[in-house]
Amino acid sequence: MTYTSPLPVTDGQFYRGASLELRDVTMAYGDIDVIRGVSLTVEPGTTTCIIGPSGSGKSTLLRGVNRLHDPKGGDVLLAGESALRMKPERLRTRVGLVFQHFNLFPDHTALENVALALRNVKGMSKRESLSVAADRLADVGLAERSDHRPRDLSGGQQQRVAIARALAMEPEVMLFDEATSALDPELVKGVLNLMAGLAQRGMTMLVVTHEMGFARKVADQVVFMDEGLVVEAGTPEQLFDHPASPRLQRFLSEVL
Amino acid sequence: MDWLDSIIKTFFDFDAMWQVFPQLLGVGLVNTLVISFAATVIGVVLGMIIAIMGISPSRWLRIPARIYTDIFRGLPAILTILLIGQGFARLSQQIFGPSPYPLGILALSLIASAYIGEIFRAGIQSVDRGQLEACRALGMSYGKAMRLVVVPQGIRRVLPALVNQFIAIVKDSSLVYFLGLLVSERELFRVGQDAAVLTGNLSPLVMAGLFYLVITVPLTHLVNYFDNRFRLGRRKPTPPKSGLDELDDVQPPMPITTGSNT
Repeated sequence: MTYTSPLPVTDGQFYRGASLELRDVTMAYGDIDVIRGVSLTVEPGTTTCIIGPSGSGKSTLLRGVNRLHDPKGGDVLLAGESALRMKPERLRTRVGLVFQHFNLFPDHTALENVALALRNVKGMSKRESLSVAADRLADVGLAERSDHRPRDLSGGQQQRVAIARALAMEPEVMLFDEATSALDPELVKGVLNLMAGLAQRGMTMLVVTHEMGFARKVADQVVFMDEGLVVEAGTPEQLFDHPASPRLQRFLSEVL
Repeated sequence: MDWLDSIIKTFFDFDAMWQVFPQLLGVGLVNTLVISFAATVIGVVLGMIIAIMGISPSRWLRIPARIYTDIFRGLPAILTILLIGQGFARLSQQIFGPSPYPLGILALSLIASAYIGEIFRAGIQSVDRGQLEACRALGMSYGKAMRLVVVPQGIRRVLPALVNQFIAIVKDSSLVYFLGLLVSERELFRVGQDAAVLTGNLSPLVMAGLFYLVITVPLTHLVNYFDNRFRLGRRKPTPPKSGLDELDDVQPPMPITTGSNT
């Protein structure tokens, strides 16, 4: 599958993605360790895809990066700064997160979904927030649906609104938590294309995905996790064509 | 048909009913509604505070809210009303004067707030956790997320339950008569009861009962109507649309390849 960008890259729109580094991150739910020392580096403007079986801690790790779930140990460095020592609210305006189930605000229009945090977190005026929100919706191809409520949008459109909502905050890193897993199959590609477009425009992205085609084509680095550990990491070619560990070989044989 | 006659005389003596009607309308109904509305408004405000405390991450807010709710929900209404109405009578006299009316409203408010607090708490907690997470992920504080997104959604869901609570308050407002109200402060039950004692006939009480039903029955049906509407949504049906159409949203498509050199 070839991924098409929603916008021509010649439009001059570029993101300035920051670097992201995880150093020996550990996370726990109560007494149970679910992330047991994960280190990985995402260079500025590159895309890292995390793959692995369910229960391997992929989503938990993403939540550790923006501290929706605080890591127990180790550190997360955003552009070299310790994320664990930042105020969580400040960190989260710099790191966008896109959820599997979109989590749009059901009683707000698409436009208001994007504008809400611009006003209440970034302190923009109503007029300014609406104008920025309209621009971001146009970026994801939904300018004409800005007055629709989420329930009047398809899953793919909802997820694109969610991406626009995250992008409006001008994040330096984007996290995607199985962003296409809840979509009908024909709508998956539209969202993946949008993500590929972001990658191409210089956004730093950490993507938890089951879309192996996307990981192979778009990722600069692929990370295979299992049981809270990074089992194998490398270029897509290394992992998909020459998987070293038996676990990854087994995983790939099941999903490909 | 002696027994039928006596039943009609006891319960449906139209003269007695008609005699008490102006008082029920002018005094009883007004006071019942004033007491009920005031108790509901105060109960909603207190209930919201109790609900927010009850779902707080801090146990120092959660535990007091829990105790408060358990006490006022667990006690019989009449006991709370008497304890508050008589226990604080002296204090109330300094503030409001000799009438026990404000204390009656206060007692009803406290009882109502315990129930309304639980209603709000259930409503807020039924909002998908992803809503709070989405707000937090956008950099909102817990307070902002609750105020702007989570609480409004929770309230909308429990509006029918709140109307039910109002109905319960209307009925409980009759208990205030235990505090000994002035003639002009009597609510529906007391007006009916006084007339019943005076005439030795229960028809005035039946009339008072009809007044209660006139308030509560339409509200019950309004609740059902709203309940259906909220559950089913007021969505206009739209013609089915192919998911393939929206692939054209992503315009203009410009093929790129990334990652591999093809």
